Amino acid sequence: MINQNKDRAFLWVYRTYVAAFFVFLAGPLLAAGMFAFNDSLFPALPWQGFTLDWFFNDTEPKLGMFHDRRLLRGLYYSAIIATSVSALSVFVGTCNAFLFVRGSFPAKDFFYILMILPLVIPGVILGISILVFASNIASALENNFGMELEFLRPGILLVVLGQFAFVTTITSLVITARLKKFDEEMEEAAFNLGASRARVLRTITLPFLSPALIASAIVAFLVSFENFNTTLFLVGSEAPLTITMYDRMVKVGSTPVLNAVSFFLMVGSGLLALLSVVVQSDKAKSKA
Amino acid sequence: MTSSAEYDLECINVSKHFGSLRAVDDVSLKIPKGSFFSILGPSGCGKTTLMRMIAGFNDATAGDVKIKGKSVLNTPPNKRNVKMVFQHLALFPMMNVYENIAYGLRCNRVNKAETDRRIKDVLERIALPDVANREIHQLSGGQKQRIAIARCMVLDPDVLLLDEPLGALDLKLREAMKIELKLLQHQFNTTFVYITHDQSEALVMSDNVAIMNEGKFEQVGSPQELYHVPKTAFTAGFVGDTNRWSGRVVATDGETVKIETDTGLTLVCKRFGDTAPGDSASVSVFVRPEFIHAAWQATDVDGASGDLVNHMKGTVDSLLFNGANSRVLVRDGSGELIEADVTLTGGSDDIHPGQSVWLNWSQAHTMCFAS
Amino acid sequence: MQKDIKRLSLILLFMPFALWIVVLIALPHVGMVILSLQEKIAPRVYQYSLHNYIEFVNEPIYWNTLLRTGSISLLVTVLALLIGFPVAYYIAKIAGFRTRNGLFLLCLIPLWVSDLIRAFGWILLLRETGIVSGLLQWTGILGSPMEFLYNDAAVIVGLVYTVILFMIVPLVSTIDGMDNSMIEAGYNLGGNGFTVLRKIIIPYAMPGIVAGCIVVFMLTAGSYLTPILLGGKNSSWFTEQIYDQFITRYNWESGAAFGFLLLAFTSLVVWLGLKLSGQSLSSTVAKS
Repeated sequence: MINQNKDRAFLWVYRTYVAAFFVFLAGPLLAAGMFAFNDSLFPALPWQGFTLDWFFNDTEPKLGMFHDRRLLRGLYYSAIIATSVSALSVFVGTCNAFLFVRGSFPAKDFFYILMILPLVIPGVILGISILVFASNIASALENNFGMELEFLRPGILLVVLGQFAFVTTITSLVITARLKKFDEEMEEAAFNLGASRARVLRTITLPFLSPALIASAIVAFLVSFENFNTTLFLVGSEAPLTITMYDRMVKVGSTPVLNAVSFFLMVGSGLLALLSVVVQSDKAKSKA
Repeated sequence: MTSSAEYDLECINVSKHFGSLRAVDDVSLKIPKGSFFSILGPSGCGKTTLMRMIAGFNDATAGDVKIKGKSVLNTPPNKRNVKMVFQHLALFPMMNVYENIAYGLRCNRVNKAETDRRIKDVLERIALPDVANREIHQLSGGQKQRIAIARCMVLDPDVLLLDEPLGALDLKLREAMKIELKLLQHQFNTTFVYITHDQSEALVMSDNVAIMNEGKFEQVGSPQELYHVPKTAFTAGFVGDTNRWSGRVVATDGETVKIETDTGLTLVCKRFGDTAPGDSASVSVFVRPEFIHAAWQATDVDGASGDLVNHMKGTVDSLLFNGANSRVLVRDGSGELIEADVTLTGGSDDIHPGQSVWLNWSQAHTMCFAS
Repeated sequence: MQKDIKRLSLILLFMPFALWIVVLIALPHVGMVILSLQEKIAPRVYQYSLHNYIEFVNEPIYWNTLLRTGSISLLVTVLALLIGFPVAYYIAKIAGFRTRNGLFLLCLIPLWVSDLIRAFGWILLLRETGIVSGLLQWTGILGSPMEFLYNDAAVIVGLVYTVILFMIVPLVSTIDGMDNSMIEAGYNLGGNGFTVLRKIIIPYAMPGIVAGCIVVFMLTAGSYLTPILLGGKNSSWFTEQIYDQFITRYNWESGAAFGFLLLAFTSLVVWLGLKLSGQSLSSTVAKS
C-alpha cells in the first residue's frame, strides 16, 4: 500500500516533469509566434489587440511580410536553394543507398564511414572549406587563363553545394534504411514475370522506396531552409531568408514582421515535418 | 529435330560452381509435359541454385537448359517462359490482387480487355473469383499462395517453378495446400517443378521426384520407387523413416547378402543399389519401421520369399502413440533403439514399456547398400 | 555479360558518391589545411609556416575561447542528456500508445525550426522588456525591469533548448526498441529502480545516447547564432572568431587555421567519446 502510494507519487512527479519540459519546448516558439498578431510596433507586452497587419499590411511603418520586398526575395531564394538541395541530395542519397546496400566492393566499411562523416563536421567549417576551395579554383583559373568564373564566388551555387554536402548524408541514411528492408525476391519476381530492369526499378523498387524518398526530400528541404552556419560563409548577394532575417535583426532590431516570418516558417516547417512522419508511417502500416 | 520437344524442361549436364564449391554438379533431368516434378534434398544441396539457373537468375558454369526443346542459355530471365513462385511468394504489397496478376500481362503488352478476361478466368480457376480488388495484406496465407500461382499461370508458362512455397505456412494449412497444389497442377495441366526439403510434400504431390545431395542427383523416380526401391544409401535414409545399421558382409548369394552389424547382429538382406558388395565389404542396412513386426515370439518360417527371416529380441523402451501411426521403441541387447510400427487397439494385449518382445522382418525389406 | 553490367552499374553508382566526397568534403578540407599553413609575408606573397597556429597559441583570447566553447559544449551535452533522457524514456516506455505517438510527434514537428527563430523566441522572453521580466514585475517579484539576456546562463539555456530534440529523438527510437520484458526481468531478478536503470536500460540505450551526444556536441560547438544572439558581443564563441577572421578581418589563412583547430578539437572529443563508450560511428549516428 505504501509502496503503491510512493509509486503513484513518483509517477505524478514524473508526469509533471514531462509536462514542464513540453512547456519549455513550446515557450520560446509561442513567444516568437504570438507577437506576429500583436497590434504594436514592438514585439513586446503589453498586448495591444489582434491584427494581421504584420502579414498583409502594405504601408510603413507596419509593412507586412508579404509586402516586404527583401523578405519575399529571401523567401524566394530560400525556396530555390532548398528545392535544388533537396533534389540533388535525394538523387545522390538514392545512388548511395543502392551502392551501400547492393554493391560489394573493397573497403566498403571505410567508404560508409566517409559517407556519415559530413554530418559530424561543424557547419561553419564546411562553409569555410568550400569557400576556400571554390575561391582557390576561381583565382587559379583567373590568374592562369584569365577566366572569370562568377559562379565560383559566393552565391547561390556555393550555398547549394555547401548545404548539399551534409544534407546528402541525411538523405543517404534515410533511404539506405528503407532499402535494407526491401526483399530482393520482389525484384526477381517482377523480372521473372517479364519486366525489364528499368520497369522493375520503376514499378517495384522505387514505389517501395517512395516513402523514404519523399520523407528525405522533405527533411532535406527543411534543413536547407533553416540552415544558417554553412550558408553564412557562402552567401553572395542573393541572401536566403534566414540570412535576411538575421541581418534585419542585427541592423534594425527585432520588429513584429520578424515574428510574422517566424510564425510562417514554424507553421510551414511543422506541417512539412508532420507530412514526412505521416508518409513514412502510413506505408509501414500497409506493409504489415 | 530430336524428340526432345516432348519434354517441357531438360537440363543437360548442368553445373554451377561458386569458386571451388560445386553447388550443382553435372545434373541432367528431363521432365515430360504436364507432370509434377519435385526436387527433394536437404538445405544446401544445390536445389535452389538449380532452380535459379532454370529461371535464369544464375548462369550455368557448364551444360545446357532447354525449354520445350530450345536452349534458353542466352535468353535473359525476363524473356524465359518459365515462371516462378518464390519462397516468400514475393507478392507486390503496393498493388492489389488484380494489379499483381496483371503485372506480367502488362509487361507483355496485353490489352486491357484481354487482361481483364484472363484475370477473371485465372481467379475462377483458383476458386477465388471475388478477390480481384483486395489488398495483399487482406488475404489469408492460403489465398496468398494461390494468388502467387495465379500471377504466374495467367502468363501460360511452359514450366512453373515453385521454391518451397509452403515453408512459411503452419502445419494444418500446409497439409491442405499440398492437396490443393496437386489439384491446381491437374487443372492447369502445366509442368510444375517443385523444390522442397520436406519429403512428405514431395511424395504426396509428385509424379516424379529427384533426390538431390551435394549438388548431384542421387536418384530420379516415382515416389513409390524411391521409397521401396532406393538406389543409394542416401535415398534410403532421406526418404521415409528407417532404422539404420552399418556392418560387414559375411556371405553373398546372388541378391541375398548376409551381414553382421557393428552391434553384432546377423541379418539377411536384399541387395539394393547398383554395386554388389564383395565379401567383408562394409555396408549400410536400412529397414523401415512399418515392415518390422513386434511379436511375443520369433516368427521364423524358412523357405519362401517374403518370410520373416530376421529377428531379434529386445525390451520395449517406450510407446509413441499417434493413432494409426503408433510406434514402439525397442532397445536391443547392445543398447540401440529400433523403431517399429505397431497397432495399438487400447485392449489389454497391447505392448507396454518394459516388456520383452521379438522383432521380426523379412529379408526383402532389409535394404543393403555398399558404403 | 551480366558481370559487366554489374560492374558498370557499380561504377555508375560510385561516381556521385565519389564526386560528392572528393569535391565537396575531402579537397576543400585539404585546401583549408594548406591555406592554414600559409603566412602572408608581403602583398600576394606567401610562404609555408606554422605562423597561424603559433599566433593561436600566443594569444590567450583565442585558445581561451576554444576551451570555453569546448567546455560549454560539453556542459550543454550533459545537460541535454540529463534533461532529455527522462523525457525520452517517458515517451518510449511509460506513456500509453496514443500519448506516446502524440508526444513523439510534438518532438518531431519543431525539430527543424531554425536556430534563428528559437533564439529570437528566447530574446523576446528574456530581454529587459521581455515576457519573463514583465511577468515577474506583474506578480510583484521584481520592482523594475530586469535583463536576463547576455550572460552565460542565457547562452546555455538557449543552446540546450536548440539541441535537445536531437538528443531526444534518437533516444526514443533506441529505447522504444527495447523489450519491456527485459526491464521486468531486471525487477524480477531482484533489482531496484536504480540498478535496473544502470545495468539494463542505460547499456541498452547506449547507441542512442552516444548518437545523441555526438550530434548535440557537434551542433553546439559549431553553433553561431545562439551564443551571439543570446550572449551578446562578449559571448566569446569560437565560431565567432572564425567568422571574424574570415569576414571582418579578411584574414583567411588564420581563419582556416581556426577552422582546422575547431574541427580537430571536436573530432578528438567525438573520438574519445566513441572509444570510452565502446561504440562506432556507424553503430550510432547512422542508426538515428
